[in-house]
Amino acid sequence: MSARLDPRPRARPKPRAHPAPGRLGPAAGMWRSLKGRFYGNNFLVLITVVLFVAVYVAGVFIYRDKNFGSLNSFFDMLNSNPGLIVIAAGMTMVLISGGIDISVGAQVAMYCMMFAFFMERRGVGCATMIVVVLLTGLVFGLVQGALVAYFKIQPFIVTLAGMFFARGMTATISPQTIDITNPDFMGLALFKFKFAFGGYTNASGVYQQPFVYLSVVLALAALVLVYAVMTWTKFGRGVYAVGGSEQSARLMGLNVTRTQLFVYTFNGLLTAFGGFLFCLFSTGGAVEKAQGFEMQAIASSVIGGTLLTGGVGNVLGSFVGVLVQTTITKFINFNGTLANGWSSIVLAAIMSFFIILQSVFTYVRGKRR
Amino acid sequence: MTISDALGRVVRSRLFFPLVCLALVLLLNVIVTMSTTGSPGPFFQITLTNGALNGPLITILNRSSELVILAVGMTLVVSCSAGTDISVGAVMALSGAVSIWALGFGQLAQNDYHVKEYVVPYAVGLLVALAVGAVCGAWNGFLVSRLKIQPMVATLILYTGGRGAAKVFADGQIDKVDVANYKWLGNFIQDSQGNNLVPIPTAIFIAAAVVVATALVLRHTALGMNIQSVGINSRASRIVGLKSARIILLAYAFCGVCAAVAGIIATSRIGGIDANNCGKMLELDAILAVALGGNSLAGGKFSLTGSVIGAVTIQALTTVLYSINVSADQLPLYKAIVVVIIVILQSPQLRPLLRRGRDGLKRLLPGDRAAAAA
Repeated sequence: MSARLDPRPRARPKPRAHPAPGRLGPAAGMWRSLKGRFYGNNFLVLITVVLFVAVYVAGVFIYRDKNFGSLNSFFDMLNSNPGLIVIAAGMTMVLISGGIDISVGAQVAMYCMMFAFFMERRGVGCATMIVVVLLTGLVFGLVQGALVAYFKIQPFIVTLAGMFFARGMTATISPQTIDITNPDFMGLALFKFKFAFGGYTNASGVYQQPFVYLSVVLALAALVLVYAVMTWTKFGRGVYAVGGSEQSARLMGLNVTRTQLFVYTFNGLLTAFGGFLFCLFSTGGAVEKAQGFEMQAIASSVIGGTLLTGGVGNVLGSFVGVLVQTTITKFINFNGTLANGWSSIVLAAIMSFFIILQSVFTYVRGKRR
Repeated sequence: MTISDALGRVVRSRLFFPLVCLALVLLLNVIVTMSTTGSPGPFFQITLTNGALNGPLITILNRSSELVILAVGMTLVVSCSAGTDISVGAVMALSGAVSIWALGFGQLAQNDYHVKEYVVPYAVGLLVALAVGAVCGAWNGFLVSRLKIQPMVATLILYTGGRGAAKVFADGQIDKVDVANYKWLGNFIQDSQGNNLVPIPTAIFIAAAVVVATALVLRHTALGMNIQSVGINSRASRIVGLKSARIILLAYAFCGVCAAVAGIIATSRIGGIDANNCGKMLELDAILAVALGGNSLAGGKFSLTGSVIGAVTIQALTTVLYSINVSADQLPLYKAIVVVIIVILQSPQLRPLLRRGRDGLKRLLPGDRAAAAA
């Protein structure tokens, strides 16, 4: 008798128990986590990375005769933006907490002026000034944070006042443009890490060795620090929770007020550090320094996948956002014939794209719930 | 009604605080004038020279007209969407640049970026500016109302790109207009000999017209109430039957038109467009004017009069600071102090603190408590 004619009902296969992740093997576990990430918050960062790679590769092909693809050219993008990298990271943290800080550009101008004025006109030492500037940033952030957290004043208004204050203070310290010549400071500013590979030989036959400034290394270290704080510390997770829903965070037992205070204080410190790095690059103080810097930082965060409603974002994404912005500027500069207005137009177009994408993303996510 | 009741009503009025601010700033002006000239007279003096009224008060009103117009638009935006339009300064520059680009269409570059004569009629140039403002505002409104993007973020796009676009339209140059009547709107209306026909700066009339027209429309249609209702609770308004999204779109478009009008005045004042500096930082002043006018930046109820008073207060503050030799670059420092004081005073967190202080004071004065008990 064949099994087919067997009248007994076939034994149903046992329903498989949901496999524990550990028993599934490493590959499947990774795939699941990747899938989760794809649908999760990092989806926006992924798009940014793809966009950056696409734009950069396009640039390498279009301007291959101008060494766009050389390591020098890539490092150039980092070398001219150490301040923005740090400040975009800090801004991302503030945005994740559901706030905003538009005072950073004016603060950077103020710190540059402090460096320039006190080192050049008052003969204060370089190390002292670094400490003073970092402390000033801490206090600046603390005051803004107190106004936001304790007085419940809208962050936009508080930091608007901060912006006015810092810009006005810059002019009060000195209305002139001061160049920094302090040897210690210039030593820090010009300290290079040279690379033995990836350079090119220029038209006059001189080999151009790629290098990064010390400031870039410091900026990347700060970036990693902020990422670590946001990802692996109680405070960092608290910031995400507060940004996601202040009410829920409070009901959960989080001290929302203190978290907000810390966010702005930490951001003040980061801004001062970013201002120091910016000053290492620009080596001078002037009232109109770092104009529109805050918007560049916010744009970097937005492009890097931070939702401005708070609760969602990735500090590393903001770094990619900085790279995207810089690449665009580079494109416009390499082209040479376009008016400088175009770089902000293209930036605005890219921002619209990302903002609309975010809106769709939030809508879809809301539906799935 | 006793005197204290009347006093209480005045103090509790929405406009009391803005008016006190204005009075304080004007008092400051008077004190400064007294300290420099020895009498308060010159501050209030208005003289007629060369067919134009001159005097500090006229200057303050004249210089504040762009801000007043921006503040009117901003008030509606703040009221209905609980957010701010930070692109108005850029939209001013863009509308001014496009209008001059249209007026000198095709001939700007060959004339060394001077408009010698209008290529298209002047009215068309003005309409182009207004249209640009309306389109920019509508784009902001679309992002805010349909795509539900935070107002500040949505308007950040034009804040970043608007000025860049203005530079592209102006070819990166400072375009000038040499036709005489172009300067009328920002200065005085003149006859062909250059004599002033109207002694009052035209900008004051334009600002007044915008304020009055807006107030009339809001008062005599349901629009004003609808805007407030959307601002207080957008969802509830939609359920009641209001088209919340359309009302928000309308408010932003109107704000864009206001920015365009301000842009027309600003370009007319200097007889050309400087895309880098036209309306620079003015969006922040406009927001400040709204807040100074006693309007909550969290949306809802608004007072147009308050915003206008706020705008004039800012200009009066600027004037007094200039007259004590504060440089234009230092100005923001003092504005910041004013902003912080205002927002702390407005903060609901301050009320309990004050009440505690007042109760403590009452406990110290037994006579007062007896009166209260009786």
